[in-house]
Amino acid sequence: MEGNRSLVTIANLTRDKIEYLIEMASEFEKHPNRRLLEGKVVATLFFEPSTRTRLSFETAANRLGARVIGFTDPKVTSSSKGETLKDTLKMVSNYADVIVMRHYLEGAARYASEVTPTPVVNAGDGANQHPSQTMLDLYSIKKTQGTLENLHIYLIGDLKYGRTVHSLLMAMRHFNPVFHFVAPAELAMPDEYKLYCHAHGIRFVEDSRFDEESIAEADILYMTRVQRERFTDLMEYERVKDTYILRASMLKKAKPNMRILHPLPRVNEIAYDVDDDPHAYYFDQARNGLYAREAIICDVLGITLDEVKSDQTIIR
Amino acid sequence: MKREELLVAAIQNGTVIDHIPPAKIFEVVNLLHLENVKTSIMVGINLKSHKMGQKSIIKIADKYFTDAELNQLSVVAPNVSLCIIKDYEVVEKREVELPDVVRGVVKCGNPKCITNNEPMTTVFQVVDKERGIIQCAYCEKEQNIDHVKLL
Repeated sequence: MEGNRSLVTIANLTRDKIEYLIEMASEFEKHPNRRLLEGKVVATLFFEPSTRTRLSFETAANRLGARVIGFTDPKVTSSSKGETLKDTLKMVSNYADVIVMRHYLEGAARYASEVTPTPVVNAGDGANQHPSQTMLDLYSIKKTQGTLENLHIYLIGDLKYGRTVHSLLMAMRHFNPVFHFVAPAELAMPDEYKLYCHAHGIRFVEDSRFDEESIAEADILYMTRVQRERFTDLMEYERVKDTYILRASMLKKAKPNMRILHPLPRVNEIAYDVDDDPHAYYFDQARNGLYAREAIICDVLGITLDEVKSDQTIIR
Repeated sequence: MKREELLVAAIQNGTVIDHIPPAKIFEVVNLLHLENVKTSIMVGINLKSHKMGQKSIIKIADKYFTDAELNQLSVVAPNVSLCIIKDYEVVEKREVELPDVVRGVVKCGNPKCITNNEPMTTVFQVVDKERGIIQCAYCEKEQNIDHVKLL
């Protein structure tokens, strides 16, 4: 629907496009510092705070030689005076070549891509989409497994509200995965995503067990936070809160290639003794976010993979 | 039913919208902006119906609607029957059909959707016409057409 090259959602990216962006990200991993975006201005508009995502996007822009404008707190902008999102975007699009936007309302990114000719990168719109997170997840899976095909991916924790797991599920539909949904009953995968799996031929298993035996088959353990405030029944929370904590002792039977991902921030769902385990990958995963976002920014600006490969502006 | 028994007077020319569920009558009036129509309008509410027990009916004199306007009706009342009247005779019967895209008719049920917070037009893709499932083009939430509110 968008009239420009914006990245709004992962749901409609083709298999080719996903692989193309992953390949571009791997080029940026080889040489992250370039002057490819010299003279460009990247606006980061954060209507809701998100330090991690903002720093990652701003680092990506800076390492490619762009300049960055923006705000991290909508209280300082005119939206606090009642300005519409459209007017804010129209104003910023006069200044910037690309807009990276995080917004607390769902659908804000799609709307943004319609009201401005400047490409928009969705850095999270409410509980809806967060495509750059999914791209870095996919990149991390490809990098650690050598492939995206035929993997056993365990999604653990809050599968009801966790948008990262929903987006990952949709993006993986091209690659014949087997998903294992491991969650307490209150935070189980919603029916609409199970229907999505059926409609797209994605195999899945539901399991409330989470122990050494049950995860022995995994290629990827994708951990998410089980938040107290998500429970209507606090007794239930007290009962399950320690069930979905990953500990180093549970990894004895894990496959050698298995890697543990987590969108971060972690609270207590991964015990600190896992950090030194060779299966732990969540901090490297966050670094991959830089390369994925370099690729995303370049792609929405119309810079092709061939141009990235033959780039003469690399800073060595 | 013979004409002499009609509870709502016949019209010479215009449109008859029949078999409206009684609870939906005012939504239909709003949707077609009948408050702006200057010709005679007759409304019958809670009339006996063989087909549905009770029904409502609207007869609008000298007024014909576009397909787009009539298809919007399907959002609130999918099973109404429409008759085009010329010289007291039914010259055309039409079914309303849920369009592929519903634009600017209903409100998204998600309070955190951008469409409920910006002055903008709502857009829904119709995902399943049989079951009446529509999906907001912005927040992507699927919803049942029976549960959405008109704008």
